[in-house]
Amino acid sequence: MALQNLPAELKFRDPARARALAQALEREVKAIGRTPVNVMHVCGSHEQAIARFGLRAVFPRDLSVIMGPGCPVCVTDTPEVDEAVALAAMGARVCTYGDMLKLPGAQKSLGDAQTDGGKVEVVYSATQAVEVAKRYPLEQVVFFASGFETTAVATAAVLLAGVPDNFSVLSSHKYVPAAMEVVASMPETNIEGYIAAGHAAIITGWEIFVPFAQKTGAPVVVAGFEPLDVLAALVKLVELIKDKRPEVANMYPRCVTREGNKPAQEKLWKVFQPVSGDWRGIARVPQGNLDLRPEWAHVDARKRFRIDTNLVGGQVVNALAAQCLCGAIMSGLKNPHDCSLFGKECRPDAPVGACMVSSEGACRIWHQYGGLPDLREVG
Amino acid sequence: MSSPDRVAMKHGAGGRAMRALIEDVFLSLGGPVDGVGLSAMDDGAALRIGDQWLVVTTDSHVVQPIFFPGGDIGRLSICGTVNDLAMMGATEPLGLTCAVVIEEGFPREDLLRIRDAMKRACDEAGVTVVTGDTKVMGKGEVDGIVLNTAGFGLTRRLVRDNGLRPGDRIIVTGTVGDHGMAVMTRRRDLQIEGDLRSDVAPLNGLVRAALDAGGDAVVAMKDPTRGGLASVLHEFAQKAKVGVLLDGPSVPVNPEVLAASEILGIDPLVVANEGKAVLGVRPEAAERVLAAIRAHPLGRRAALVGTALAERPGNVILDTGLGRRLLAESDGEPLPRIC
Repeated sequence: MALQNLPAELKFRDPARARALAQALEREVKAIGRTPVNVMHVCGSHEQAIARFGLRAVFPRDLSVIMGPGCPVCVTDTPEVDEAVALAAMGARVCTYGDMLKLPGAQKSLGDAQTDGGKVEVVYSATQAVEVAKRYPLEQVVFFASGFETTAVATAAVLLAGVPDNFSVLSSHKYVPAAMEVVASMPETNIEGYIAAGHAAIITGWEIFVPFAQKTGAPVVVAGFEPLDVLAALVKLVELIKDKRPEVANMYPRCVTREGNKPAQEKLWKVFQPVSGDWRGIARVPQGNLDLRPEWAHVDARKRFRIDTNLVGGQVVNALAAQCLCGAIMSGLKNPHDCSLFGKECRPDAPVGACMVSSEGACRIWHQYGGLPDLREVG
Repeated sequence: MSSPDRVAMKHGAGGRAMRALIEDVFLSLGGPVDGVGLSAMDDGAALRIGDQWLVVTTDSHVVQPIFFPGGDIGRLSICGTVNDLAMMGATEPLGLTCAVVIEEGFPREDLLRIRDAMKRACDEAGVTVVTGDTKVMGKGEVDGIVLNTAGFGLTRRLVRDNGLRPGDRIIVTGTVGDHGMAVMTRRRDLQIEGDLRSDVAPLNGLVRAALDAGGDAVVAMKDPTRGGLASVLHEFAQKAKVGVLLDGPSVPVNPEVLAASEILGIDPLVVANEGKAVLGVRPEAAERVLAAIRAHPLGRRAALVGTALAERPGNVILDTGLGRRLLAESDGEPLPRIC
């Protein structure tokens, strides 16, 4: 059985259909008649699909597909990491997702805190963090919760189901639609259309993007994560740009509905509220962070403990970090190749910037898949 | 976190890090030889003896678990060395040596099982062990058992790993990723249904058939062990200063391996094989060599998978069937993603 030759379940990787879609994309971009046409996706998993299957080699030259702030780990800000590091230093047992361990704080990452003897555990789900709390009833267990609305729902669900007294949440959950507004309002970005993340839209529904499209004049297409999903969504998006129709199209109808998952939304908003927050390297994002609502203060680590980040925070002058372009990359202004550190001083085993830390980060993805040079003419 | 002052696991994983360690530390032990010496960093050495080449190779074997679906450390130790000799053209090994380091308390029954597996593999390869060494270390001083084998054989024609020219074709002798995926899923106790089995086998017979059919047209050969097919293609490309275009859809992969690789997020192209060879062949002989390999029981699923290019020397370009990208060179052991 060859790599792409599996039966029905891999029909979203069919090379013949991919070629037809690539041709359609070429046609639609040409019909717009100017260059470049700038579009943005806001999800690391979309970049994974594009990079892994080498789709940039079939994108038209006049189409620029930019990865925006689509990596929740990457946009978790330094002070948030410092809070988690401080909690570990105070003796709490900090549970978090694996990618968060290497994320740099002002002085230390959680991985460093672990090396220093701090109790830091990698978990794969919010439920697992609750299990840790049950296993250590005499300790304070803090779940350093990261991720977009998709994982925030999981955090909300475990809180609603009831947690032990020694369990609390340090939320660094983020809300994607808010970040799209910020990127759209940056004068230096000239994004004409957006690909929205299919898994987040399963929760929120596609209708949530309608006011955004109307306000900004940029169409939004909801896309899945197989290579054909991405190509088909791009064709649709370029069509909408060409026809000057700032609408929302759902190209992931096998999973996404207009209204989304109502029970999940209810759970999400019962526990969380959107507040303004700084996203690493980007800007202050109005309504971009998901904080626990006041009635959940008893499980909110920020309310429950006096977290003193003075010991671990502050500014450390780091010559390498000063050259890092993560912020500009996440805002879609630069790509990883523009960074002088990429693949040299900054590598997955020794990341300088947040985008090289997480498997959802643009730099990490480009590095994993060979740096993504232009291979259209080779061979 | 890895410290630059300490050896890390990745330094033994067959990728870039290992090559750097060898270059920094061990390469100075080599010197000029009439033939292929340490500095070539090939599968083994080749020393001129009259009008023939004496090919010598050595390999230490550590694997967890010691017994895995499709093989064990004993079979691995014989096949690994026989295959390294074969990759340089020495398909009729004169003999093997075997040194074994055993941990105190190691079950005798397991030792006999390992011995029996070695015997079977020797019979398949048509080779015997001609000398050996035995050491026992205290409990905890070594993890179970370490096996080292060395092998030597004669050949009139040496096959290297640096002979590609633009236009040459690349053949892989069967499905990729079977050994590494079988060991990894067993090690992590991942319950994946289906028959994930190591491909560990002696390849000297298969290689002999290929060389008989291709002769001088076989210009590069290597077994894709640690680092997988990706690592071999990078070596071919870098040593011959050519580019390699790999046609992803024509690389044979077992469905079970493909399923495990999707679940674990590990590309079968970087996963170890112990019963496969990769050959670089002049274009006019490619079909003939492929047919000879396919006629051998271990080569039924052999396929033409790539072409050498003048462009992008040192790089491997993967055509995914949907697009193209560079294949990244592996940094270390592929690990299942954690999120």
